Amino acid sequence: MFESISAVTNSAGYLLEGVGVTLLLVGLSLLIGFVCGIILTLGQVYGPRFARWFVGIYVWFFRGLPNIVLLFLFYFALFPFMGLDLPAFGVAVVVLGLRSAAYQSQIFRGAIQSLSEGQMLAARSLGMTKWQAIRSIILPQSLRLSLPGWANEYPVLLTDSSVAYVIGVAELLTRTSQVISRTGEPMILYLTCAIVFILLNYGGMMIIQYVEKKVRIPGFGNNEAECL
Amino acid sequence: MSDVPILKVENLCKSYGDLEVLKSVSFEIYKGEKKVFVGPSGTGKSTLLRCINQLTIPDSGFVYLNGEEIVHSGKKINGYRQKMGMVFQNFNLFDHLTAVRNVELALLKVKKLDKAAAHEKAMYELEQVGMADRADFYPAQLSGGQAQRVSIARALAMDPEVMLFDEPTSALDPELKREVMEVMRKLADRGMTCIVVTHEMKFATSFATEIYLMEKGEIVEHGPPSDIPTSPGFVKTRAFMGSYVEE
Repeated sequence: MFESISAVTNSAGYLLEGVGVTLLLVGLSLLIGFVCGIILTLGQVYGPRFARWFVGIYVWFFRGLPNIVLLFLFYFALFPFMGLDLPAFGVAVVVLGLRSAAYQSQIFRGAIQSLSEGQMLAARSLGMTKWQAIRSIILPQSLRLSLPGWANEYPVLLTDSSVAYVIGVAELLTRTSQVISRTGEPMILYLTCAIVFILLNYGGMMIIQYVEKKVRIPGFGNNEAECL
Repeated sequence: MSDVPILKVENLCKSYGDLEVLKSVSFEIYKGEKKVFVGPSGTGKSTLLRCINQLTIPDSGFVYLNGEEIVHSGKKINGYRQKMGMVFQNFNLFDHLTAVRNVELALLKVKKLDKAAAHEKAMYELEQVGMADRADFYPAQLSGGQAQRVSIARALAMDPEVMLFDEPTSALDPELKREVMEVMRKLADRGMTCIVVTHEMKFATSFATEIYLMEKGEIVEHGPPSDIPTSPGFVKTRAFMGSYVEE
């Protein structure tokens, strides 16, 4: 028992670095997914026909393939073929980010399409350009409406991040496995790994809930549910 | 009266598939005039207003604002739209902004006023419609009448030359209708040129300088409201008003 615990405590620093790598991987992927997701959404909702066609193919491609296939495809085939020599961490960030963008774009699209057409009409009637209306009215509203759905992206990406193990990214699971192979203590180390993931999940969700509350507007979105 | 009408609509046509919504509609309005369009639902009245400020692009015809043709004006349409304030049936306030921010937004983004000037102008316009004390309320915290008054203030803040009202009281109960109509009357008394689409016949006859009856995408009768009771040119209007009252 003591040996098991010391297997964790002796490697705590190393494992903690893995937590940092995992969080960085998830954070950067979410960011890429957010930025690309918004661009994809705008292309799909307001873009010309070829943009809608492109987004359709993009979403179909990234949602249709397992993470592990995407990682192998980009790490061992596409990036080397394009002459890009990205480290494993970079590839994982890009792949998870692009995949998340496919999902996030559909969350944002749903929110934009749920807004009344009158919001855009009112903005245009005041002399605003389409882009001004999108930036000042459509996006601020649709992003707020997206938050509950978007909140789901964090736990999904967090749990997906461990797949980066297969291309050797030194995230939490990779390091846990390495320590196990050194100490032969799978039970305590995998349990520790699991507990850390649960805590990261819980902590992240707390932050997202805090943000949801901060950006909440009286009477806008789903506030009424609180009265029930 | 000026020689050039503020707004001139010439042979405006609009179809959706086989459905002809506007069939060669023409009219003109001079400064200070109040033209009210009435008629059964689905006769193209709202489409007409939207074709005037190009929120809906007409299939053919012309719209002149102070003599300038605006249907084919490209990006200049954003400038023309500022001169044609529009008030919608469902208010269309920006739900994520307070009343004062609703009014300020276009002043900041379109007129490029600085924050202080935009705020001052927004508060002035809210004051004009009796909504200054609700400046920091969000749309969901306002009654329908209050929301509509804010939307009027928002349109007025752009200093329009003509106001387009698209059934501004249809979504309101009688009490709230009155407060919006009062604001419109005050606006008209100040000389604002107004084009109004409404089903409020009493209001229409007391407000308008000229009433237009539309049926199936066409203007079928028009003239000063004082002529409605007796003029042979208002037969259909009288019938419409009668049926409306009975309903």
